[in-house]
Amino acid sequence: MSWRYLVPLALFLVLAGFLGFGLNLNPREVPSPLIDKPAPAFRAKLLADPAKTIAKEDLAGKAWILNVWASWCAPCREEHPLWVAYARQSPVPIYGLNYKDQTKAGQAWLQQLGNPYAESLTDPDGRIGIDYGVYGVPETFVIDRAGVIRYKHIGPITADVLRDKIDPLVKRLNASV
Amino acid sequence: MFKRLRLLLLLTLAALLLPGFAKDAEPVNSDPALEKRVMALAVELRCLVCQNQTIADSHAELAVDLRNQIRTMLQQGQSDDQIRRYMTDRYGDFVLYKPPFKATTALLWVGPPLLLVAALAALFVMLRRRQNASPDAFDPDDDPNDNNDDASPAGNPAR
Repeated sequence: MSWRYLVPLALFLVLAGFLGFGLNLNPREVPSPLIDKPAPAFRAKLLADPAKTIAKEDLAGKAWILNVWASWCAPCREEHPLWVAYARQSPVPIYGLNYKDQTKAGQAWLQQLGNPYAESLTDPDGRIGIDYGVYGVPETFVIDRAGVIRYKHIGPITADVLRDKIDPLVKRLNASV
Repeated sequence: MFKRLRLLLLLTLAALLLPGFAKDAEPVNSDPALEKRVMALAVELRCLVCQNQTIADSHAELAVDLRNQIRTMLQQGQSDDQIRRYMTDRYGDFVLYKPPFKATTALLWVGPPLLLVAALAALFVMLRRRQNASPDAFDPDDDPNDNNDDASPAGNPAR
């Protein structure tokens, strides 16, 4: 038997290897070009009190987490208890971005499920969302003291992601001066 | 006199209202040329919510928002390239159905032609080898009706 008969088998194995690798990739996780870039500027009304606004500059000087959520978003409901629990021990403030939502609905949601956010900003027409490249709510950003985006998670966070990625990162960002 | 004044008032009111109507109708087809440019750009951009559609095809809210964004930017006089840049700044090269040629996308662009060239080369070499091979290199023909074949081992008892 010649070695040539092994060629199709080798090709098959290579192809199977690629396909197997592809199966384990998540096509929804598009690498964000915003990582390590300054977070886009914004000025947004607060969900709790639409008379007040917060701008990105107001948050400079400390690291913070930005969690994009909406009352119409089912996966947000799924991750929400994790944020409520994390808010108690988080070394940095968590800000919510209430994305394309109605103020009343957003407020009711927080009242019912608990409010882990230092404040929630409103983005009724999704403008801030576009600037942050949001396409699948919920999304989570970690922003450092200098206002640079250091991490982005698309979709609901899991306990693992929170413990292994977000928590160590915010601790490090908070400690470094 | 009063009648005229009333008419004037009514006309002024109507004139004030008109732009209001015009604004409501604006998002769709107020300006066919503009709409054409919006769509031309929209078919190049991937909708990230439903990834195998362009933002021209998709009815996802984000796609609608992005079409509106393109329209607004065109109205502000921005160029197609500026708009493409705006999108890739936010969503990465992935939004472009035709990604730019660079180190990370080189294999994507060059891969298929390379495979084609390799396959054609392999085919050529194989055909060349067959042409130059002596008749002994081929399997004997077992067809009993083929009398031209002398090398046939067991097939031709008549001879």
